[in-house]
Amino acid sequence: MKQIPGTELLMKALRAEGVDTVFGYPGGMVTDIFEELYNQDDIRVILPRHEQALVHEADGYARSTGKIGVCLVTSGPGATNTVTGIATAYYDSVPLLVLTGQVPSNLIGNDAFQEADIIGITRSICKYGVILKKRQDLGRVLKEAFYIAQTGKPGPVIIDLPKDVMAQLGDSVYPDSVDIRGYKPSTGVHIGQLKKGIDLLKSAKKPLFLIGGGVNISRAGAELTKLVDKTHIPVVTTIMGKGAIDTSHPYYIGNIGMHGTYAGNMAISNCDVLFSIGTRFSDRVTSKISEFAKNAKIVHIDIDSSSISRNIVVDVPIVADAKEAIQAMLRYVKESETTAWMEQIRAWDAEHPLHMKKGNGITPESIIEAINAHKENSIIVTDVGQHQMWTTQYLQMEASTQLLTSGGMGTMGYGLPGAIGAQLANPDKTVFCVTGDGGMQMNIQEMATAVAQELPVIICIFNNHYLGMVRQIQALFYRRHYSSVCTRRRKNCPPRCGGPSSICPDYTPDFIKLADSYGCLGIRVQEESQIQAAIDQALHNKTGPTIIEFVIACDELVYPMVQGGKALSDMILDC
Amino acid sequence: MKKRWISLYVENDVGVLCKVAGLFSGKAYNLETLTVGTTEDPTISRMTIGVESDDVTFEQIKKQLNRCVEVIKVLDFTTNSIHMKELMFIKVMNCSSRDVQELFQIAQIFQISIIDCDTDALILECVQTETKNNDLIKLIRKHYKNIEVVRGGSVAIESLSMTDR
Repeated sequence: MKQIPGTELLMKALRAEGVDTVFGYPGGMVTDIFEELYNQDDIRVILPRHEQALVHEADGYARSTGKIGVCLVTSGPGATNTVTGIATAYYDSVPLLVLTGQVPSNLIGNDAFQEADIIGITRSICKYGVILKKRQDLGRVLKEAFYIAQTGKPGPVIIDLPKDVMAQLGDSVYPDSVDIRGYKPSTGVHIGQLKKGIDLLKSAKKPLFLIGGGVNISRAGAELTKLVDKTHIPVVTTIMGKGAIDTSHPYYIGNIGMHGTYAGNMAISNCDVLFSIGTRFSDRVTSKISEFAKNAKIVHIDIDSSSISRNIVVDVPIVADAKEAIQAMLRYVKESETTAWMEQIRAWDAEHPLHMKKGNGITPESIIEAINAHKENSIIVTDVGQHQMWTTQYLQMEASTQLLTSGGMGTMGYGLPGAIGAQLANPDKTVFCVTGDGGMQMNIQEMATAVAQELPVIICIFNNHYLGMVRQIQALFYRRHYSSVCTRRRKNCPPRCGGPSSICPDYTPDFIKLADSYGCLGIRVQEESQIQAAIDQALHNKTGPTIIEFVIACDELVYPMVQGGKALSDMILDC
Repeated sequence: MKKRWISLYVENDVGVLCKVAGLFSGKAYNLETLTVGTTEDPTISRMTIGVESDDVTFEQIKKQLNRCVEVIKVLDFTTNSIHMKELMFIKVMNCSSRDVQELFQIAQIFQISIIDCDTDALILECVQTETKNNDLIKLIRKHYKNIEVVRGGSVAIESLSMTDR
């Protein structure tokens, strides 16, 4: 049989799995693999400027396409820099293959140069991790990794590749099937359980669908819409579930949770049957568990049995893929009489709709409204913070709109690289990166990647000169003790400062000059009337990224807000 | 809170023990004992794990273990008929000749072997249930100050025809 080096078999595997893009950062222990990449034309290699961002880029690529994102980094610091990216993907169930270089086998354990036990480090933040010990295992290990990452509840898989093992000659076979005795993802739907759940819905007076990220991951939006059209049951979503159904759908209420809508949280608190699909009932969704959907029977469909009855004990558990389950449901459901229930929900919405104070200057709402005008065929990628919550509240979505956001890990710095990954995978779509001045600076070096790849990402920086989400907590619960949240603060500022004044130092960096130094377009917007023109200008700039810095007021907070440990119905609506 | 037992079939690979132990520490589950050894199939190891937990947490522990790719099978021994024993050595030191005599008597009563001795010390080998071993330590400690205990953790196997645990 023909003998080939491991690096060549890796190329063969990538091609066999249909990988068209590898996010790679070279280093001493992966130079052989980069040599293979140099000698081929099927797979493009994207060079980011930091390995954390590299993983976020593969993550944005994967979330926006449903395909696996492939990362290649070197050993030691290259590998440890991926940790935040891997955790981010793990907590939002994103399929990734992370290939890390490793020092040669005979040096492992010697504290060799750039040696790190990355499999040990990432053990609790990935779906599976393995170090390649023998060349003969390479084909199987790669096949298993692709399979594990993409099936069941998707997630990141890490393979650590010692340099000597990858250089060894071995067989050239890449297997076309896998059989892992410890990993059998569940398939099919238990129809008996499903019917039990549907019977509960039929007898309910105030039924409610709660849709989580699982529905988006299994790309079951069309099926969900059919289900809602057929049953007339209102829908609330988690942040990760947003967009599973058009936000303009008459039965769509809004998000629930810590910054959910008033109507959404009231609907959860008052429903009598809660039918939840693809959510793990995180603490940001449920808040006080004993008060969550207190009077409701709860049905829960999830692909991951360990997500069921972990946080919220449910009455009817169903282990299944969201799409398969909804398709099966469509055969049995009937229209429910929900007129009175919908009237009640609409009354709640009318009582406390989402709103912002129209104070001085630009409101975040008005920026998102301007983005909403371009929602068709758009991908909106957020960072983490206030702007993220505003986006999840005010963004309008239809079937062709995608929202990518770090919901589980809440990783600041996800926005820009996430958007770059999404744009690389979707050259024909409009990609908006909605970020804050804090999050932007956590991976600001990726401007270079966006420029180099000529990606027309529209970067909307909501600059309120503060790390706004923490500032909000300090404003509400720490007597306005703004501890380490001012991004204008300098050495000579008073030790304790109650808020901005006319003598505050200039903001740094100057994002417009920064854009200029990267050779891309930068627009500063300080008046509401300029928003649309700036976005239009960015839309016309097709050859590279545009930074739009929106200077917004710092006193705009995210409402409603449920304080940690309080019931969802106990919302702070305004201060 | 209740003491429960799990038997786990896992891949006999490096890192698997770490994965399982890490799962317990990372999720703050109360791991009390864990033993591991290879089975008749050298590619498979079997762990016997004792945990103290409530019902909900225990269900979650089993699900989380099942979720691990390296875990092949999870058996809940809480209600099964099993045989379970733990190996324990007790070294008793500074013994008078009367002490030695007494210890030989204790050994006879409790079916303990004395596997080694010196003029003023001896080593007991106890293969008993965990509870019996606990009681033995209590008993020995009551009479002898200078002792050293090494315990191996329980191992268990499903019963064939014996239903007594």
